[in-house]
Parts: sequence; C-alpha cells; structure tokens
Amino acid sequence: MVAVKWQQFMESAFYHDFRRDKIAITSFVIMCIYVVACYAAPLIAPYNPYDPTIIDIMDSEIPPMWLDGGNSRFLLGTDAQGRDLFSTILYGTRISLTIGICAVLLQGVLGISLGLISGYFGGRVDSFLMRLADIQLSFSTLMVAIIFLAVFQALFGTELYERLAILMLILVIGIAEWPQYARTVRASVLAEKKKEYVDAVRVVGLRPVRIMFRHILPNTLSPILVISTVQVANAIVSEAALSFLGLGMPVSKPSLGSLINSGFEFIFSGSWWITIIPGIVLIVLVLVMNLLGDFLRDVLNPKLYKN
Amino acid sequence: MFAFFVRRLAQAALVMFVISVIAFSIQDNLGDPLREMVGQSVSEEERQALRDKMGLNDPFFVQYWRFLKNALQGDLGTSYFFKRPAVDVILDKLPATLELVFGASLIIIVFSVPIGVFAAINPRHWFSKFAMAVSTVGISIPVFLTAIMSIYIFSVELGWLPSFGRGETVEIFGGWTTGFLTWDGLVHLILPCIALSSIMLPLFIRLIRAEMLEVLESEYVKFAWAKGLSPKRVWFVHALKNTLLPVITVGGVQIGTLIAFTILTETVFQWPGMGFLFLEAVNRVDTPLIIAYLIVVGLIFVVTNTIVDLVYGLVNPTVKLARPHGGDG
Repeated sequence: MVAVKWQQFMESAFYHDFRRDKIAITSFVIMCIYVVACYAAPLIAPYNPYDPTIIDIMDSEIPPMWLDGGNSRFLLGTDAQGRDLFSTILYGTRISLTIGICAVLLQGVLGISLGLISGYFGGRVDSFLMRLADIQLSFSTLMVAIIFLAVFQALFGTELYERLAILMLILVIGIAEWPQYARTVRASVLAEKKKEYVDAVRVVGLRPVRIMFRHILPNTLSPILVISTVQVANAIVSEAALSFLGLGMPVSKPSLGSLINSGFEFIFSGSWWITIIPGIVLIVLVLVMNLLGDFLRDVLNPKLYKN
Repeated sequence: MFAFFVRRLAQAALVMFVISVIAFSIQDNLGDPLREMVGQSVSEEERQALRDKMGLNDPFFVQYWRFLKNALQGDLGTSYFFKRPAVDVILDKLPATLELVFGASLIIIVFSVPIGVFAAINPRHWFSKFAMAVSTVGISIPVFLTAIMSIYIFSVELGWLPSFGRGETVEIFGGWTTGFLTWDGLVHLILPCIALSSIMLPLFIRLIRAEMLEVLESEYVKFAWAKGLSPKRVWFVHALKNTLLPVITVGGVQIGTLIAFTILTETVFQWPGMGFLFLEAVNRVDTPLIIAYLIVVGLIFVVTNTIVDLVYGLVNPTVKLARPHGGDG
C-alpha cells in the first residue's frame, strides 16, 4: 500500500517539477537539515544550555573559533552568559520551530473550521465571520500580539509569564492568524459547493458536518498546503519579533529572537556574533520556508484568495 | 453609495467601541489607582471611603460610561511615571513616530512603483530578475534584524551614520518638532526609515509587479495595443491606473502592520516615539499611558483604514457597494 503510494508520488507531476527546480531542492534539503539538527539537539549539541552547572561566566563573549581569541571548545563562540552559542542556537531553533508549527496547527484548526462553516452555510454567518476576519487582519498579528502579551505580562508579573511563555506565544499567534486559513478555505469551499458531488451527498442525506469535513475539505487541501509553509515562516518571524521585544521567550530559555535580543547591546562593544549568527540562522530558516512556499504555490497553483 | 458610507462609518464606530471596552477593562484590572495616589500608609476605612468617593465601587457600566465621557473629552488619566496627562505625553511623541512612518512610506512609494512596473514590463530583463530575487530575500528578513544589521554595518563598523535617537530637531508649529529640516536630524532618519520600509518595500514591489502583469494580460490592454497607442500610453495611462487600485487596499491593510513595526524599529534605534514609549510604559506598568497608546493608535488606525476604504469605494466603480461584506475586495 505504502509502496504503491510512493510509486504514484514518484511519477506525479509534483515530484517531476520538484526535481527540476534547483532552488526548491536546495531549500528542502536545508529545511530538513534544520529540522533534524534542532530536534536532535540533545544529541548533537556539545553542551546543554539549560544546565546552569556547566556554564562558566568566565567563558563569556568568546568569539567564534576561526577568529582571534576563539576557543576550539566553542565552535561559534559564547554569549554574554558564557553559554556555547552553537548549542544555544540549536535549542533556540527548536523552540522557534516548535512554536511556529504549533501556532500554525492552531490557526489551521480554527481557520479551517470557521472557513468551512462560513463557506458552506453562507448568508449571515458568512458575512459576520468574514467581516470579523477583515477587521482582525487589518489589525496585524504583531500589533494584537504585542498588546495582548504586554498586558498579560503587566497583569501577571514577569515570573509567571516566563513559565507560560511558550503556551502564550502559541495561543496568541495561533488565534491572531486564523483569518488567513478561513479566507483561503472559504474561497475553495465556495467553488466546491457548486459541484455535483456535494449535491449528491446532500441528497443521500448526510449531515452538514460530515459533508464539510469528509467530502469538501479533502478538495481544499492544496491551497491549505500552500499557505501553511508561509504561515509557519510568518509565525516564526512573529515569535522572534515578540521575543526580541522581551514579550516572548525568557533569556534563560531563549528562542532565536530572545537570543538576538540578549546579544544586541554587545554589538557596540564588538561582540557581534551573539546577535548576528542567530540572526543569520533565523533569516535562512525563514527564507527557505518562503522559497518552498513560492514553489508550492507555483506548482499547485490554486487560485489563492487575493492578498 | 450613501449606504456604503454609513455602513463603513458604523463599522469604524463599532471597532472603536470594542477598543475602548478593551482599554477600559485593562484599566479596571491593571494596577490600583488608589495605591498610586495615596501610598501604603492609609487605613482600610479611609481607603474604602476614598474608593466610594472616586466611584471605584460603582458597577462596571457606570464606570465605563464615566471612562467614555472622559475619553471623548480627551482625558485618559494621568501617567504614573510622567505625572502628566497621558494623552499629552503620547501626543508629544507623535511627531517622531509620524516622521518615521512618513520617511518609510516615501521610500516605499518612490522605489516600489518604478521597480514593480519595470519588472512587469520587462519580465526577462536581468534587473527584474535581480529585483525579484532581492525582494524574496528582503521579505524573509525581519524588521528588527534589518535594523540591527544596518546598525552593525553603518554605525559600528563603518561609523557613517548614527545608531540611536532623533538627533537635532527644530520646532515648526504648535509643538511639532521635526528632524527633516536639520542635517543632523536627516542623518538620524536614514537608518530607521530604511529599516522600517525594509519588509514593506519588497512586498509592494512583488504586489505591483503581479497586479501589473495581470492587467497587461487583460482584454482592454490588448485592445489598446490594437488601436496602435504608444507603449508609454498603454503602460502608464491604461495599465498603471488599474494596477494601483488593489495596491491602495493592501496599503490600507498594512497600516496596522506598519504601526507594529514602528514599535520594533523604535526599540532598536531608541527612537523617542510612541512605540518606544509604549514598551517603556508596559515595563513600568504605567496603565494610563498603555491605555492612551491603545486609544490613540486605535483611532489613527481606524480613521486611516476607513478613509482608505471610502476612497477605494469612490475610485473603484466595481466595488460591491450594496454588499460590502461580499468578501473578495
């Protein structure tokens, strides 16, 4: 069964296009390296950045190995607290990626459900939900997230906040971006609803929920796939921005954004690597995701909802 | 048309109402105004008496109504930190932020339209390919990283441009200070404006190119070619006009994002604007200031968005006036 599916996939136009697109292959390979490296971080990283017993403040601000004053113990140097930058980046990327993926899963669940409902039932429900989506989108995710997290932090104090940071970031980014999915799904549902198979299952007497999720949803998957890659990239950028502002992950358990933030003040004294290296790691991660998203869009070419 | 106007204004009022309720509930839950006023040394009975006198024990709606009445008169409370009316504190910082946004918008408009149009007219030209490649990379670099990297390159390594603050400013009228009229002020504006425009610019280049490509394929442009009009006329009079319509809408949607980005840019460059002030207020739990920021920014945002929508409704005859919630605008 799996072999047959695999065979089908190898012969598909999708795989054919993929093999001919050097940018897509490169992006995919880099993406895989990222995922493997950061989820295997405990095995790969030479140090555990969360273990305070092995951190020595005397090791702080050591430049990367290949520079003057570099130390062969620390491949990419150390940060201001004396943590090995390479290990901290691996663990940080894991946090960034996890938040990004979980937030997008939440967006997907919310957005797809509401988009299906909106498109399938139409009428007042539809205009209400879409108006809500328009308003929420125009506020920009980052703005909503900044205000929400800032107020939350002020209400509950920094200590509690730091413990809940991952959860809060996933919730805020997840809830703020549902309209992206809802609009995309709704647009496809409107197109699918006119087709005969939907009439057929309706005549058979299936319940709306079943029609929506079992019959219409599978036919709206390609636009969902296309926006998902870009959405994960966006979620990672939002998370980094929030952490950079001090509203996200704490420095003791840094994501890429908080690592960049913690190193920012040191670029003036010459320790550029604490900020610039995690910055480049973040840029490359977002770039390959956007490139993969572009590739998927070009190949699957669904009539994406404008904007 | 009239119905469209009314509906759009009603929506703006509704959004403003929701913002005010959110702002009020923040005020209600965050910090105790009494403690800010009298400190710890007052006894419990006196506190209760004061609470009654100040109306802090009134029902939610009574308090909200009072808040709304004060807000409409421009009174949003006194900043705990600055000991001045919060609205005044915010409005003092408004010029700095608006000049930043203005500078960034100028960069976006001046570069995105020509580059986007050029890339659509000459898709195979090396410059078009180069511009599209740069845009793809540009979209992937978060604003705060552009800001940090430009500081590192141009301030720390090369020492060409200043890395923080507004520099020398002059007051022009009614307390509006500007950095556009002094050399020092202009030099200080360069990096923050570039950083703020760094994500929007590639976004708009891609958008204008895509819209223009679509318009160039349309029937009426083909007809214009068939009539034998000069290429310039077809491109810049016939095609460009219809390209810019959707760009206006996207521009309206991006206002919220731009405001969020000013917070990031101002933090990196320690730009004395509203965004920087807001984050400081959050760290100090300066509730009136947080609320004033919410209301002022919400107002700016709702007003601009409404104007953009109304203008779009006026300019574009095909916009669904009768059913503005049709969805595909």
